[in-house]
Amino acid sequence: MNWISNYVRPRINSLFSRREVPENLWTKCPECGTMLFHREFADNLHVCTNCDHHMGIIPRDRFAALFDGGIFAEVDVPMPTHDPLHFKDQKKYPDRMKAAQKGTGEREAMLVAEGEIGRTPIIAAAQDFSFMAGSMGMYVGNAIIAAAERAVATKRPLVLFSAAGGARMQEGILSLMQMPRTTVAVQMLKEAGLPYVVVLTHPTTGGVTASYAMLGDVHIAEPNALICFAGPRVIEQTIREKLPEGFQRAEYLLDHGMLDRVTHRRDMKSELVTILRMLTGQTPAVAGDLPKPEDVPAAPDAVAEAATGAAEQVDEA
Amino acid sequence: MTNYLEFEKPLAEIEGKAEELRAMARANEEMDVEKEALALDRKAEDMLGDLYKDLTAWRKCQVARHPDRPHCKDYIEALFTEYTPLAGDRNFADDHAVMGGLARLGDVPVVVMGQEKGNDTKSRIERNFGMARPEGYRKVIRLMDLADRFNLPVIMLVDTPGAYPGKGAEERGQSEAIARATERSLNVKSPVISVIIGEGGSGGAVALATANTVMMLEHSIYSVISPEGCASILWKDAEKMREAAEALRLTAQDLKELGVIDRIISEPVGGAQRARADTIAAVGQALEVELTALMKKAKGDALIRDRRKKFLDMGSKGLAA
Ligand SMILES: [Zn+2]
Repeated sequence: MNWISNYVRPRINSLFSRREVPENLWTKCPECGTMLFHREFADNLHVCTNCDHHMGIIPRDRFAALFDGGIFAEVDVPMPTHDPLHFKDQKKYPDRMKAAQKGTGEREAMLVAEGEIGRTPIIAAAQDFSFMAGSMGMYVGNAIIAAAERAVATKRPLVLFSAAGGARMQEGILSLMQMPRTTVAVQMLKEAGLPYVVVLTHPTTGGVTASYAMLGDVHIAEPNALICFAGPRVIEQTIREKLPEGFQRAEYLLDHGMLDRVTHRRDMKSELVTILRMLTGQTPAVAGDLPKPEDVPAAPDAVAEAATGAAEQVDEA
Repeated sequence: MTNYLEFEKPLAEIEGKAEELRAMARANEEMDVEKEALALDRKAEDMLGDLYKDLTAWRKCQVARHPDRPHCKDYIEALFTEYTPLAGDRNFADDHAVMGGLARLGDVPVVVMGQEKGNDTKSRIERNFGMARPEGYRKVIRLMDLADRFNLPVIMLVDTPGAYPGKGAEERGQSEAIARATERSLNVKSPVISVIIGEGGSGGAVALATANTVMMLEHSIYSVISPEGCASILWKDAEKMREAAEALRLTAQDLKELGVIDRIISEPVGGAQRARADTIAAVGQALEVELTALMKKAKGDALIRDRRKKFLDMGSKGLAA
C-alpha cells in the first residue's frame, strides 16, 4: 500500500459517495453486454432495451410500476422468532441477516402490499431475490399468510411474484415447514373463492417451487426465468450428462405443461388485470392509460364540486 | 455379518476378536476361550451403549442411512395384514421408489405408503434408492384420494434422501407433484400419521410428512438439506458435513425440542440395524397408540382443521433465546 491508496483514494470516494457512484449510472446487460443508462433501464422495468433480457427487480420497484399511479399500502407482516436455531456456519445467521438488511434496506425477503391495478383491487406479494437470495424462512411464511389473510378479509385476489434460491438453510427444518405452512395459506384463498395468480420470476427454485409457487390458479412466468426443483448443476452431477439448451427455463416449462403463459414484464400488468377481472366477473378494463382525475369531463354543475375537492386535497398535502 | 459404521471401528475390533477366539476354539477342542470371549462380549456391549448414548448429529446421519436398517417394505410386511399394493399414477408410470396400498393395522383398514430404498444392488436400482419422481408423488395423491373417499386412515413411512434430481423428473413437474401431494395431505378428512424411519430428505420427505401426528425413530433425521449439500453451499466445503449436521438441528431430539414433531420412538441400543424386529415392533406399537388416539379425538373437518393449525403454527417455533 502506498500513499496514493492511503490518502487519495478515500478523498475521491468521499467526493463521489455523496452523489451517485459511477457504477450505479450504468448497468451492463449480462446477456448481450449492452451498457444501459440507469434511468432508461429503470423506466424499462429492468429489462434490457437491446435484447429484452429480464434482470432482477426489487419488490418496491416492481410495485411502483405495477400499482396504479405507483400507489400501494404495505401489508404488515409479523416478525418471527429471531435466529430460531442459533445457526452459525462461517458467519452467524444474525450477522448475515444484518448485512442483508443493510444492503437492501428491507426487513426481510418478501414485501406484501395492497392497492389497485387497472382499478382492480388486489393484494400483491413479491419475493426479494436481493435479500439472501429471496430464501423462504419463517418470515416469508408469515408474509404469505399475511397476504392470504388480507386477501380473504378484503375479498381481493392475490398476485404472488416468486423469486428464490429455495429454503432458508439457516432456519433448518423450520424453513422446510414453510412448504406445508404456505400451502395452508393457498388453501385459504381457494376456499374463499379468490383467484391466486403466481408470476414466476428468475430464479424460482427448490422448496419454493415445490409449494406455493406451483399451486396457483394461473401460472405466468417472465421470459427465460429459471424455474426448477433441483438445480441444473445438481442434475448434471446426478445423471452425468449435459442438459439441453433452455432446460428448466420458462419457455421449456411452458412446452412441458407446467405454465399457462410466458409474458414480458412490460405486458404483465395489463395481462394480470385482464385475467383477474375475468376471474372475478368484472367488466373489461378500460384500455390504455386512464385519464387523470382533473381531465375527466364533468357535467357543468359538478365542475365546481370537483374543483373544491381537488383544492381540499391540495390543502391537506 | 454386521456392517460397521466408521465410528464403530473400535467396536468392530473387539467383536472381531471375540469371534476369532470362538472360531479357534471350534477348530481346537482342547482350547477353552469362553471366559475370555465373554469378557470381550461384555466390553463390546458397554462400548456399544457408550457409543449410542450420545450420538453426534453426523453420526446420527450415518445411522439413519445404514443399509441394514429396516426399510418401508419391512415395516409394511411385519406390521400390517392383507397388504394389497396399489400401483401407478394413472398418468405416466408406476414409481417403485414409492410403495403403498391397502392394508390392515390390527383390524383397522388403512392406506399405507412410503419410500422404499431397497436392500441390495438390484432392488436399490429398481427403487431408485428411495428417490421418487413425480409419478411417485402423484401415486401418493391418488392413494390419498382413495383414503379420503372411503374414510381410511393414512399411514406414511418416510425414508428418502430426497426427490430425484433428474431430467425427466423435472420435465414432468417434480415441483408441482410435491406441492400437490402436500396440498392433498392437508385436505384428507381421515387421520394422517407419518413416521420418519430413516432419512427425511427435504421437500421429497415433506410431501409424505404433512400429517396430524409426525413421529421419528430415535436415530432418524429430518432436514431441509443434506449436511453435505449444506456444507458445500455455506462452508464452500462438502467435507464440513459434521459442522453442517450439527448446525441444521436435524436429529429427532432437536425436532422434538423445536416442536416440529410429536413423538420419538426409541430404538434398541446400537440402533435399528442391530435389532430390526424390536424396532419394527416399537413402531407398530406407536402407530396403534397414535391412531387410536386420533380416531377418538376428532373426525372429518376437525382433523383437517387440526392438521392445518399444526402447520400454521410453524411460524413461531425456535429454540429458547
Ligand atoms: Zn441485453
